[in-house]
Amino acid sequence: MAQVLSQAPTSVDTEAGWRTIWRQLRRSPMGLAGLCMLAVVLFMAIFAPWVAPYDPYAPVRARIDTIYAPPSAEHPLGTDDGGKDVLSAFIFGARVSLIVGFVASAITVLIGGLVGIVAGYYGGRVGGALMGVTNIFLVIPDLPLYVVLVSLLGPSIWNIILAIILLSWTGTARLVYAQVLSIRERQFVTRARAIGASSGYIIRKHILPLVLPIILAQNALVISIAILSESGLAFLGLGDPSLISWGTMLNFAFGRGAVSVGAWWALLPPGLGIVWVVLGWTLLGYVIEDIVNPRARTHHLM
Amino acid sequence: MSDTQPVLEVTDLQKRFAVPRGVLGALRGAPRRSVRAIDGVSFTLGHGEVLALVGESGCGKTTTGRTILRLEQATSGEVLFEGKDVLKAGGRQMKALRRDMQIVFQDPYASLDPRITVGESVAEGLLIHGIGTPKDRQERVREVLAKVGLHSSQVNRFPHEFSGGQRQRIGIARALIMEPKLIVCDEPVSALDVSIQSQVLNLLKNLQREFGLTYLFIAHNLSVVEHISDRVGVMYLGKMVELSSREDLFREPLHPYTKALISAIPNPDPTARRERIVLQGDVPSPINPPSGCRFHPRCWIAREVCREQEPAFEEKRKGHWAACHFAGQF
Repeated sequence: MAQVLSQAPTSVDTEAGWRTIWRQLRRSPMGLAGLCMLAVVLFMAIFAPWVAPYDPYAPVRARIDTIYAPPSAEHPLGTDDGGKDVLSAFIFGARVSLIVGFVASAITVLIGGLVGIVAGYYGGRVGGALMGVTNIFLVIPDLPLYVVLVSLLGPSIWNIILAIILLSWTGTARLVYAQVLSIRERQFVTRARAIGASSGYIIRKHILPLVLPIILAQNALVISIAILSESGLAFLGLGDPSLISWGTMLNFAFGRGAVSVGAWWALLPPGLGIVWVVLGWTLLGYVIEDIVNPRARTHHLM
Repeated sequence: MSDTQPVLEVTDLQKRFAVPRGVLGALRGAPRRSVRAIDGVSFTLGHGEVLALVGESGCGKTTTGRTILRLEQATSGEVLFEGKDVLKAGGRQMKALRRDMQIVFQDPYASLDPRITVGESVAEGLLIHGIGTPKDRQERVREVLAKVGLHSSQVNRFPHEFSGGQRQRIGIARALIMEPKLIVCDEPVSALDVSIQSQVLNLLKNLQREFGLTYLFIAHNLSVVEHISDRVGVMYLGKMVELSSREDLFREPLHPYTKALISAIPNPDPTARRERIVLQGDVPSPINPPSGCRFHPRCWIAREVCREQEPAFEEKRKGHWAACHFAGQF
């Protein structure tokens, strides 16, 4: 008993941390499924040059019988309009989708979270001005502006990311803002002020942990949206022409007669790839939200 | 530190909240109005003393407590804590002052961060002020938890695992760990079950004796105050109407409002005869308080002069202050 007591209060000053999240995640089949789905894609993307049977960036050398050739032992997912291996393109395409998803969502959530927290915590004129800007961005229709921005800036992957960031931080900002407004008025924040805590401390210790579930869930959602947006833009022909992405694969297949020749193998893999990654992120985001919010945990029922 | 210097000196404290006019009101040119939550409150609080502030909801007692701790910005007035001006203190000075002035809130559910363990919550003040090593802090947390009647094995639990009474004990532990010179107890028991109220009150009383603490004890119920306070201040519509030692106040109230409050204390003896004074009407709006004595529309001894002239807050007997034209004449 004495030993148990002396061990118990070790975390008085430390935070729950990632270890707890991992321990909880391991017990959730849904979270593990999401994690595995993402791990497969991540592995595929990182080790693309070793995993892929062919180099999809090699110069095109197509013959009439190699265009849209159905799946065979040589090409497990057939070939595309350029007579290239679809599987290899699919594997390399995951890189673009993941990079766009990660980078765009990370920056989006960072900006949105920051704007939301600052506007919500400080309120007054600063908050009003920030939320005013947010509202202006919120009413801009997404797709037309994407198209305009990317065509103006030039179709590169970074411009696509920029366009996605520019248009998707507002959702996070508004959500976080609303949450911070309500947390700010809660008594434990008042108490922290009464005890002499600085604004920075209050935000870090009391406000951030409570908006983090929202930010994380939002992050998963924004990754999905970013990947979908990139694919959509690429499908419309605004993708980075020098890079193979799932979107450009769809664009080429769609624009170059894959549908009319019935070459399903050129359309399905990139389409399913997008669904796979988006689903993986959604599952993982959902479970993480559950873990980070301790009130939703079940052990208090015991 | 001499014992003659009071811990807290509050002089003519005022707090007004602006009433929003709205866009239409502003267009119509409606006058700017304000709620006078505190309208000139003065008192002093000596070392080891417990001063209770009582009054109905909305009389400004909670706002008084919050304004003293600068959780609300005072409109005017002066608050001296051991001679230091609280309302004018700068950032660093204020932080130092906050170490010595603690607050226990009314709602034990809302005042604990649901995501932070009880141990961290209690240690928070030490952490913010950089007191002790992590190990010292753990040690202190365990000591203080034991003092308030909680077990040290509970430090890693989250607030939702505790009952209301236990949470209030945690709230008290958080204040206590700072070894404060003043604790503002803002209705610390009114959110609790009656059976738990007395336990928490006894705890507060015992801690006060043991550590010689100074309390500003805010309550809306005189029966709670009767057990814990040395002096009692009665507030009505943002003003102090009576202030005296507890004995004098209960034996011989000078203000009719105080008398009405005392008559409302439940008496456990069913055979005891007592005169119950039931006040007519509601508390008037603090946006537009009544003329003269603010209590006159509800007062049964009010005369013409009460309608016209505001009574001064005067020392009617030794150490017994009241604001009434006919103090004690009922």
